[in-house]
Amino acid sequence: MLRIRNLDVSYGPVAALRRVSLHVNPGEIATIIGANGAGKSTLLRSIAGLAPARGGEVLFRGSPVLGLRTERIVALGCSLVPEGRQVFATLPVRENLLIGGSVRVRRGLRREVEGDLEMVYRLFPRLQERERQLAGTLSGGEQQMLAIGRALMARPALVMLDEPSMGLAPLVVKDILLTVERIAAGGTTVLLVEQNARSALRVARRGYVLENGRVVLEGTSEELLSNRDVQRAYLGSEVMP
Amino acid sequence: MNVQADREAMDRKELEQLQLERLEATLNRVQRSVPFYQRRFAEAGFDAEALRSLADLRRLPLTEKRDLRDNHPYGMFAVPLRDVVRVHASSGTTGLATAVGYTRNDLKTWSDLVARVLVAGGVGKDDVVQVAFDYGLFTGAFGFHQGAERLGASVIPVSSASARRQVGIMKDYRSTALVCTPSHAMTLADAALDAGIRPGALSLRFGLFGAEPWSESMRAELQAKLKLVATDNYGLSEVGGPGLAGECLERQGLHVAEDHFLVEVIDPETLAPVPDGTVGELVVTTLTREAMPVIRFRTHDLASLTRAPCACGRTLARMSRVKGRTDDLLIVKGARVFPSEIEAVLLEVEGTEPHYEIVLERRDGMDEALVRVEATHPGDEALRASVERRLASELGVAVLVELVPPRTLARSVGKARRVIDRRRPG
Repeated sequence: MLRIRNLDVSYGPVAALRRVSLHVNPGEIATIIGANGAGKSTLLRSIAGLAPARGGEVLFRGSPVLGLRTERIVALGCSLVPEGRQVFATLPVRENLLIGGSVRVRRGLRREVEGDLEMVYRLFPRLQERERQLAGTLSGGEQQMLAIGRALMARPALVMLDEPSMGLAPLVVKDILLTVERIAAGGTTVLLVEQNARSALRVARRGYVLENGRVVLEGTSEELLSNRDVQRAYLGSEVMP
Repeated sequence: MNVQADREAMDRKELEQLQLERLEATLNRVQRSVPFYQRRFAEAGFDAEALRSLADLRRLPLTEKRDLRDNHPYGMFAVPLRDVVRVHASSGTTGLATAVGYTRNDLKTWSDLVARVLVAGGVGKDDVVQVAFDYGLFTGAFGFHQGAERLGASVIPVSSASARRQVGIMKDYRSTALVCTPSHAMTLADAALDAGIRPGALSLRFGLFGAEPWSESMRAELQAKLKLVATDNYGLSEVGGPGLAGECLERQGLHVAEDHFLVEVIDPETLAPVPDGTVGELVVTTLTREAMPVIRFRTHDLASLTRAPCACGRTLARMSRVKGRTDDLLIVKGARVFPSEIEAVLLEVEGTEPHYEIVLERRDGMDEALVRVEATHPGDEALRASVERRLASELGVAVLVELVPPRTLARSVGKARRVIDRRRPG
């Protein structure tokens, strides 16, 4: 689905990502964990065409996407749910979702977009209840649902989630992660970036650990959960089996 | 046929992507945590960040056994000792052995890889696996023990019991798989005959033999004598022990666990890579080891590599049997002995000359090493016994000593041929 080789990204003279290589298999949930500032968001933004890369290769479903405009990447089937939701606060929920489907509307798939709206409402009944409410008046959890729903409106093959649990109450986080599993079960591949490593590794099958812009570990979630470095740095405890 | 499709039958492109990811992560970790590699890379002018492809690997410096020894015991570890749950040592004499550490994840990966070797060799969860390697610091016994348990087979850790006892257990417990060195398997086959046990009376089906070089003719003999299918496997303690490579039932080369190891074949003189099919020295880089990653370790074992498809369905490259050594290492009764170590002892003993030869023979299936050395008083029995004792304690394996009068051993110009190996071919 996604194959990245030696991706380099810098902000001015500061290297944000160094020689990052990773892949995501079709249908799986993969996760990238790491501390604040490790480069996790930069990585997703770079794949989505929002942060220019200095070098490397990003293949999405076999074709290179590095250097393409974001719109084009979304049209190819790769959507990003940005950190901090970034919903259009002054627009109603429904409009927010339709904007997510606009790529498809332009391709003459208006009727299908209506169907997609149904699909999103099935996934998040709460959004339907609040269809006409301005997005800015939603709770944090609801805004996150909206941001995910908006991304799904583009019917992506791969959805990238940037810190979906940020700032949410534990119960809401659980809800959101359940949704992530349902999205994957529905056939959409998921690349999940999380600071909450424990939750991320619970839903993902495989993961990468990013440290100072470099991948230092790759493995199944089980392996990462039992790695002592991961336990110390990201799980906050040394778990005994 | 028992092939794990997602690991052993990966598409080459997918496999190379995974190898690159794991190689880069490994380099990032050693660069961060192993001062030896920080220094080594800096000296070689190698910037780990500059590695862009698997082919760039050959620009990295090689790691020698000496490097492991210089950083003995824990200098090569990439994790703190408290994260290490097991320490083994490479086989070899005391002076040469080096420590090998495993984290909990390393042990799990190791078990998985040895289970893979067992499955490739025909073993399944219903088998009764007799492990006749010596349990101890050596990785062979524990590696196969854990691998067989991982598989769910019944493990009999018979270790180094006498041949007679081994055979008795094999018969009574109806062992279906035997794990040991090929020479030990031969000893057991002969012991069975001596005890009047017909091969058909045993339940053996599979033999997984390794830890020393052997030949096709030996395979044929073992298969006939023990009525089993014999497969070869390869590994070395420095990179984690058995599990690196093992034959499938096609018996046309050993499948390398390429998702966990990068194996190169180089010309031992020029150090340049040699093409597939050409015999050269195996060089191994670990891709998933946490406790002790090793970058481009020189095995000094000679073999070739092929990426041609195998009838078993595995896409993993295959290495040939080990064809020999680039150095003069001798494997005597499973122990690793360098002639130079013998020489060092002889030089220290008063009354012997630095002229010697080592004769290796196999008697009743057992290796026998005889050291002939020139002495001023060849009849001095006390001297002879003391040299034998010294050698045994230094080498960790018993050798016989014969004193001969001065100037009786052949002198040669240039590199002396001091080893006469009369054991079976291979």
